[in-house]
Amino acid sequence: MWDYTDKVREHFLNPKNVGEVENPDGIGEVGSIACGDALKLTFRLGEDKTITEAKFKTFGCASAIASSSALTEMIIGKTLEEAEKISNENIAEFLGGLPKEKIHCSVMGQEALEKAIAYYRGEPEKVLEGEIICHCFNVTDVDIQRAVKEKGLKTLEDVTGYLKAGGGCGNCHEEISNIIKASQGISIMEPKKPAAGLTNLQKIRKIEETLEVEIKPALIRDGGNIELVDVDGNRVLVRLQGACATCPRSRITLKDHVEARLRNLVAHDLVVEEA
Amino acid sequence: MTPVYLDNNATTRVADEVIEAMLPYFTELYGNPSSMHTFGGQVAQKIQTARQQVASLLGAASSDEILFTSCGTESDAAAVHAALRAFPERKHLITSTVEHPAIKALFEKLAKEGFRITTIPVDTRGRLNMDLLEKSLDEDTAIVSMMWANNETGTLFPVEAIGKLCREKGILFHTDAVQAVGKIPMDLKTMPIDLLSLSGHKLHAPKGVGALYIRKGTPFTPYIVGGHQEHGRRAGTENVASIIGLGRACLMAEEKMAEENTRVRAMRDRLEKELLSRIPKCFVNGDLDARLPNTCSISFEYIEGEAILLMMNQYGICASSGSACTSGSLEPSHVLRAMGVPHTAAHGTIRFSLSIYNTEAEMDTVIEKLPPIVKRLRDMSPFWSDS
Ligand code: FES
Repeated sequence: MWDYTDKVREHFLNPKNVGEVENPDGIGEVGSIACGDALKLTFRLGEDKTITEAKFKTFGCASAIASSSALTEMIIGKTLEEAEKISNENIAEFLGGLPKEKIHCSVMGQEALEKAIAYYRGEPEKVLEGEIICHCFNVTDVDIQRAVKEKGLKTLEDVTGYLKAGGGCGNCHEEISNIIKASQGISIMEPKKPAAGLTNLQKIRKIEETLEVEIKPALIRDGGNIELVDVDGNRVLVRLQGACATCPRSRITLKDHVEARLRNLVAHDLVVEEA
Repeated sequence: MTPVYLDNNATTRVADEVIEAMLPYFTELYGNPSSMHTFGGQVAQKIQTARQQVASLLGAASSDEILFTSCGTESDAAAVHAALRAFPERKHLITSTVEHPAIKALFEKLAKEGFRITTIPVDTRGRLNMDLLEKSLDEDTAIVSMMWANNETGTLFPVEAIGKLCREKGILFHTDAVQAVGKIPMDLKTMPIDLLSLSGHKLHAPKGVGALYIRKGTPFTPYIVGGHQEHGRRAGTENVASIIGLGRACLMAEEKMAEENTRVRAMRDRLEKELLSRIPKCFVNGDLDARLPNTCSISFEYIEGEAILLMMNQYGICASSGSACTSGSLEPSHVLRAMGVPHTAAHGTIRFSLSIYNTEAEMDTVIEKLPPIVKRLRDMSPFWSDS
């Protein structure tokens, strides 16, 4: 069991400000159910432009709930300019510290606050910068480089604790380690591994078999389907059908589910794309 | 607050009779079983008795088929390595997608070393795809390793049928039966199983002792070399007291299996039924027809497992979570993922695993305390709506 401080326990067992503010001025939503945690923060400003009311709804573990509760306590009574300065470290400090594997819970709080303030100010949503490295948690190389530099992260575990990147299927571990090394000035030139010694024909057969047995049944259950269009080197071209084709989360399905499984079961370097 | 301990698939309490049987081997009977004098010899004899007790629980043909090890993981590793030594020219291994890390990690390591691994999938109930297994067996296959009972869902694999397929093709079959031994009847005399792993602490013996069943005639090369202990199949001074304890625990399991299968099953079923009827949007994972009598894995949608566990902990209720947030990984367990349990539910999965020491009153506690916990957490969840 995690070694949580009394303050974390207190904010988890008796969280403050649970719910949603009516007619909020700011709304910030981060995370997703697939990632295992999500937070919706809402606030309202008073006449003097300080935050008079802030509430949260959180899906997640004890530290995610405690971080959200702490965040609302910290921002009530502050102006937006003051609130904006609250970092994830401040949230963790407020709670007397978080285990290093759980730092991302406080990061989620900071991000929700940033989003809620941007919403109030009518600023556009931030677009993802860089190339996605961790498909399980949608984290880009730029995010990782920034976190490594600014927060002094040194190991893969540090990055996972902070950004969640690498906390899922593990396919991105090598790339994350390379980014860490690169930002420490170590240059990497590693030969690309062959696709587990499979011939082209074996690889295609294995891809077909995995799609049939492992992937299709789950998609069909959700009213969708998938069809293999072509395999070109390590690129697997597929077409999503039925509900999956129109689902706004189809990219997540493709990367999170289809690609991750094919990488696990067939070859680690496969890239799945829509045909 | 006395804990309501419902995490017996993680580990069990050591039975009083087991402790009692072990105690003399720390004090007056501390001889080394390998010594030539009677002081050691009498200990060696007791180890032999323990071997018979283990063999009897498994329905093995002979006690010589039992090798004592340090745990289930060691038994698994010894079995798989023995097969690789026996067929050095074969480079193909088969397992399932829902194995315990003891096998999963071992096979991942072997894959890196150049072995070809086929991982047979399961369906949404955790049932093995037997067609695919049959198609995957080939002349290059050295061993098939499939668990008997799943540690998370309790689902039982049809080991008899798997063993039959393997036997027809001359392939060794190993089963990690750590969760099954002592809970369901076994008769290895008649079953086509070549190697079987078990672990003491899952059946009320201490941690740090296990056994490997090696069917007579199965090729076996020792994994640990040194002295001549265990008929030269595993070197190292025996963990005497624990081995005696394991033997005693096997005897007890044989006596109490009927209880496990009636009283424990009935308690589990009542717990399950009550929770399902009191809590909306939750379901049981696993094969409801072929399942261990003590295990219940329930997914509560839209909330997260660690939060449920910690709130239950307030009332002394100890269970385990199917999402791995508690163990440092952020993904739901590979077992639930392999079964295609949707993310909305996999993160909020709790495993209750009972033992003969649990009581109806303890079930009442869970039935009373859990529904409001689920409600509280759902009221906090952005994904939950009552409608
Ligand atoms: S953990 Fe990063 S891609 Fe899966």
